Amino acid sequence: MAEKFDAIVVGAGPAGTACAYTLAKAGVSVLLLERGEYPGSKNVMGGVLYRKMMEDIIPGFYKEAPVERPIVEQRFMMLDEQSALTFSYKGLEWAEEPYNNFTVLRAKFDQWFADKAVQQGALLVNETVVLECIVENGKVVGVRTDRPDGEVFADVVVLADGVNSLLAKSLGFHKEFRPDEVALAVMEVLKLDRRIIEDRFNLEGDQGCTIEIFGDSTKGILGTAWLYTNKDSLNIGVGAMLSGLIKHKLKPHALLDYVKNHPMIRPYIQGSEQQEYLAHLIPEGGYRSMPKIVGNGVLVVGDAAQLVNAIHREGSNMAMTSGVLAAEAILEAKEAGDYSEKTLDTYRKKLLDSFVGQDLKKYQDATHHFERSPQYFERYISMMNRAASQMFTVDGSSKWEKQKKIWRDLGTAREKWKMARDLMQAWRVMK
Amino acid sequence: MKELPKGQSIEEKQYLVRFKADTKSHLHVLDADVCATKCPDKLCTIFCPAEVYKWEEVRMHVGYEGCHECGSCRIGCPYENIRWEYPKGGHGIIFRLG
Repeated sequence: MAEKFDAIVVGAGPAGTACAYTLAKAGVSVLLLERGEYPGSKNVMGGVLYRKMMEDIIPGFYKEAPVERPIVEQRFMMLDEQSALTFSYKGLEWAEEPYNNFTVLRAKFDQWFADKAVQQGALLVNETVVLECIVENGKVVGVRTDRPDGEVFADVVVLADGVNSLLAKSLGFHKEFRPDEVALAVMEVLKLDRRIIEDRFNLEGDQGCTIEIFGDSTKGILGTAWLYTNKDSLNIGVGAMLSGLIKHKLKPHALLDYVKNHPMIRPYIQGSEQQEYLAHLIPEGGYRSMPKIVGNGVLVVGDAAQLVNAIHREGSNMAMTSGVLAAEAILEAKEAGDYSEKTLDTYRKKLLDSFVGQDLKKYQDATHHFERSPQYFERYISMMNRAASQMFTVDGSSKWEKQKKIWRDLGTAREKWKMARDLMQAWRVMK
Repeated sequence: MKELPKGQSIEEKQYLVRFKADTKSHLHVLDADVCATKCPDKLCTIFCPAEVYKWEEVRMHVGYEGCHECGSCRIGCPYENIRWEYPKGGHGIIFRLG
């Protein structure tokens, strides 16, 4: 298949497919390579897909795409061993068009999206691993695949090869990632009757609910667990920094079982049936871990460019926006007949000016700060639980006495100072 | 070190997953001596989410057939002792849902 295309996109996830779709729609010849049996077969996500960035690509997509439930309530649970302090936002503006976000099952959704790119004219070839980029005179001119005679050429190659991004690494765009730059996530899909889901999560009809669970759900390691509602199944998962799992010698799947058996979570999933078990890495190094994303004849998008906002569990939306912006830069380069790094660099500039770059910058210190300071997840969440228990338990002691007890529970004067400093620091890295 | 109760066995979880194994491994332990002499905890046997790695007295058994292709072992091995590639196109894990 020693053919030449205008563009080759490596990886048919949200970033790669968004890029291929946009290029094909503009009449560019594009080859979309996917290593799995079908798009989505290697992909894992907690499950929330944001409507806006997908709709920028395909207006009204949710009317035909395999989405599960529009989310109308987002709960946040601060978990201790025997208790939980929960807050939530539920709004009916999310229950109607244009919607805010949806739960999706990626193996289904990614196939649908890639089909759309094919309908626009992209050539999708599955079951094909790209082994390396072909570089000539300092410019990427194609890719070598694991198919017989598997060299393919193009004016430009888009690397959408996911979190491990072996291709960008081999081009020298980044070094090997460190265990404190990635979170290891494990998840199960649990089948449950839809009426039971709607009763348990206080939902009407197709409405959905997400629960993010902090604290004891990761045994104090930086990370979160989540419980999301699909139509007739639940996604329950836990993700924690790989460095934290290593340090504490925890098995991720044992942590998942701990979450599933936790007395605050167990009732939600009772009687469900396991359908699938999945593991994947999440790039969480943020802005500081972003690799070089533009070279001569090459662009990097999505997880491969580390585009994840771990604080707001956004990733696939950033991936899509990066794919579209990469496509737009390629269209300009095609117009100019120049695929040099200098011309393609408009992609990087536009990406950094967009919400993607802005949000990555906003939280550039957050992951690193919380990674270095385990007390937030190890101590403070327990403390909040004890304070709530103290304040809401009516036992004959006065509320002033109760406040004194809570104050004493915060520890010595030194510990209180440290806590005040930590609160300031947390504000500083999140603001 | 934090303790967790023993949960479901990994075999029970892996039973839920569809795999199309290649005939040869895409994971290679570069130097078994490094595992034997430098890594008392055999960390990959702990954090691998599929328990692909099992220490067998003098060597590391690599059950690549059950690999989720997450990449944790490559990044997490403190001695960079694992060569990690993708399985041949169309092979390896095949997620049906999530």
